[in-house]
Amino acid sequence: MAKADLSAAWIFFFLTLPCVFHPERMLWLLFFLVTAIHAELCQPGAANAFKVRLSIRTALGNKAYAWDTSEEYLFKAMVAFSMRKVPNREATEISHVLLCNVTQRVSFWFVVTDPSKNHTLPAVEVQTAIRMNKNRINGAFFLNDQTLEFLKIPSTLAPPMDPSVPIWIIIFGVIFCIVIVAITLLILSGIRQRRRKNKEPSEVDDAEDKCENMNTIENGIPCDPLDMKGGHINDAFMTEDERLTPL
Amino acid sequence: MAHAPEPDPATSDLGEERPKWDNKAQYFLSCIGFAVGLGNIWRFPYLCQTYGGGAFLIPYLIALVFEGIPIFHVELAIGQRLRKGSVGVWTAISPYLSGVGLGCVTLSLLISLYYNAIVAWVLWYLLNSFQHPLPWSSCPPDLNRTGFVEECQGSSAVSYFWYRQTLNIAADINDSGSIQWRLLLCLAASWAVVYMCIIRGIETTGKVIYFTALFPYLVLTIFVIRGLTLPGATKGLIYLFTPKMHILQSPQVWLDAATQIFFSLSLAFGGHIAFASYNSPRNDCQKDAVVIALVNSMTSLYASIAVFSVLGFKATNDHEHCLDRNILSLINEFDFPEQSISRDDYLAVLMHLNATWPKRVAQLPLKVCRLEDFLDKSASGPGLAFIVFTEAVLHMPGAPAWAVLFFGMLFTLGLSTMFGSMEAVITPMLDVGVLPRWVPKEALTGLVCLACFLFATCFTLQSGNYWLEIFDNVAASLNLLILAFLEVVGVAYVYGMKRFCDDIAWMTGRRPSPYWRLTWRVVSPLLLLTIFVAYITLLSQKPLSYRAWNPKYELFPARQEKLYPGWVLAACVLLSLLPLLWVPGVALAQLLTRRRMWRDRDARPDTNTS
Repeated sequence: MAKADLSAAWIFFFLTLPCVFHPERMLWLLFFLVTAIHAELCQPGAANAFKVRLSIRTALGNKAYAWDTSEEYLFKAMVAFSMRKVPNREATEISHVLLCNVTQRVSFWFVVTDPSKNHTLPAVEVQTAIRMNKNRINGAFFLNDQTLEFLKIPSTLAPPMDPSVPIWIIIFGVIFCIVIVAITLLILSGIRQRRRKNKEPSEVDDAEDKCENMNTIENGIPCDPLDMKGGHINDAFMTEDERLTPL
Repeated sequence: MAHAPEPDPATSDLGEERPKWDNKAQYFLSCIGFAVGLGNIWRFPYLCQTYGGGAFLIPYLIALVFEGIPIFHVELAIGQRLRKGSVGVWTAISPYLSGVGLGCVTLSLLISLYYNAIVAWVLWYLLNSFQHPLPWSSCPPDLNRTGFVEECQGSSAVSYFWYRQTLNIAADINDSGSIQWRLLLCLAASWAVVYMCIIRGIETTGKVIYFTALFPYLVLTIFVIRGLTLPGATKGLIYLFTPKMHILQSPQVWLDAATQIFFSLSLAFGGHIAFASYNSPRNDCQKDAVVIALVNSMTSLYASIAVFSVLGFKATNDHEHCLDRNILSLINEFDFPEQSISRDDYLAVLMHLNATWPKRVAQLPLKVCRLEDFLDKSASGPGLAFIVFTEAVLHMPGAPAWAVLFFGMLFTLGLSTMFGSMEAVITPMLDVGVLPRWVPKEALTGLVCLACFLFATCFTLQSGNYWLEIFDNVAASLNLLILAFLEVVGVAYVYGMKRFCDDIAWMTGRRPSPYWRLTWRVVSPLLLLTIFVAYITLLSQKPLSYRAWNPKYELFPARQEKLYPGWVLAACVLLSLLPLLWVPGVALAQLLTRRRMWRDRDARPDTNTS
């Protein structure tokens, strides 16, 4: 900040000096001075400056885009957009965002200056603004929190996706119900089996009587018990055979 | 053969016909399921790798031939011949030895308690595998969502899920903490499943065993195929099976091989006796013993192929990530373009940078990445299943499916072993007639399962894991060794080798060869005695300690070595002695009753002397 003031003093000094230089050269001088001021505002490790690191090839692989000045313009636009969301900073323009020290890694430093372009906005404000809009910034570049890093600005982690009922309870409930039903069925069938076994000795006699009764009153005609043999043995035929002498 | 007892009729004490296996396959699969358990998956591969890869197979095979198969044959033979559970069998051999049977029953009960707790953990992981992303893939964010929970950050997401979100483990065995309701629910579910499967004894077990015994083989095959196609799998397998013969010189190897074969076949539980007692008497138990023991060992080998191809993949993966992290640090520090340093160039580039900018390189957090270090990071026991393997599964495409398969396999393995140990408890109870005859079998089974569940809730406390470890290491191992020794000696010397050989000749149609007689008489008892003495020596050499998970430890995430407090050791000694106390206790009781009987007989006037 002090340096910026000093440079401003120098500009004033040159402007008020008797114009011995050519106006064009004057303008060039002004241009260099202005860039010098801007350069001094944005420096690695400067106050309120943040380092950004992008890992485009890691995130996108073959579909990685090259980092050029247009992408830098987009970045400045996103930062300006984020700053505009902060109360009292709605007037932030793209030109207020300064980038410097762009490396092959794709990492660079940036600062956000105030409308007068003399000093930089406090780090806390920039931090809050970026944190609130990190998702939008990530989306603009097809990156995520791991591949687009703002060092010194920790990102808010996504809340854990807790469904209202944890999945394991659902599956546990299903399995447990099936098991309880199976146990109940087994116990009931065991009880039924035991009851049947207890009734068997008395039941067998009843069944035989019933069978005989049924046979004798089937069709109202008393049936020959021999018919129960189902035609395997025909007594008439058999008795005839017996009469024949064996060969 | 005047002294040989007549072949028993098919009726048991219950007055009704003894249940039978529906077919030979059910019996076979039940024995295999009982023998093949979690140890085949998570203990054998670890031992194989620690003790010099292929070289370990030598002591393992020797132990199998001279210890495992003979004792296994004894168990099957006496069960099939005497057609009773372990208590009945030992009472029939000699009334003084019925304590052995009671000891086996008590021991099986104790082991079932903690074994089903492990099955409950597996069930918990199985239930949590049905989601994507898997819950152990990332750390949960902390309260203000700026970073991850500190404990998770310091260790790893997998460890955090196991120690904190599953066990909620206490930092010390002294503070029991509260019961973890999640684990309690899973424990209830596992006991319900076990009850459902053994509710009517082998009638229900025989049907379920087709699934629970065969499913693990299916999953192992899938894992072998998938594992072998993963990158880095061959490195893991080569590392596993490369024999390092010099390791065989250490006695620890031989001890571990012998104990492994012993526990792997689930001997001295009484479960095999119970299963064999439901066989028809004329069954070739000799062939069964050899075949089942060989199948068990083959399964161990097969499982180690699957496990180590996946671990090799994991080690390669971790090694690549280690290199990538270092490369990223370099790139970020020196602002090189992305992906400009490949993994192969890394060392060269690092040397160059170290020469030109030593100060900047020195302040970077660079780790040494050696593949052998990652391959060495194997684990055994629950650590393998719940930490190492779960992490490996995360990197496989379609992670939830693999997690479901893996934990499903572990669940069925644990279940089939539980069937055997519960049958070892319930069959003797039914034979002895603990409950009156009108009480149905389902009720007895239900009562036993309920009692076990209630006792096992202590393993769902926050210090439960520490108790489980001490149960497993101390209480179970020593008792099994002693009971097996008593078994072999009891049959070979008390029952009589001649009588036993006659029985086997009657059952299988041929007399046992000299190999069997020698191993039963001399080799196996000697081996067991040596193992027992070596075990005791090793245990007494250094004070018993456990490794606690303490987030406040300076060297966290390394586990803190703590000594067991006195009362815990006292409880352990009690647990170790309880099953064994039956042996001298019952012998003494028998002696006293006999002496009283003889004294009464001598005191009475001689009326009916023969």
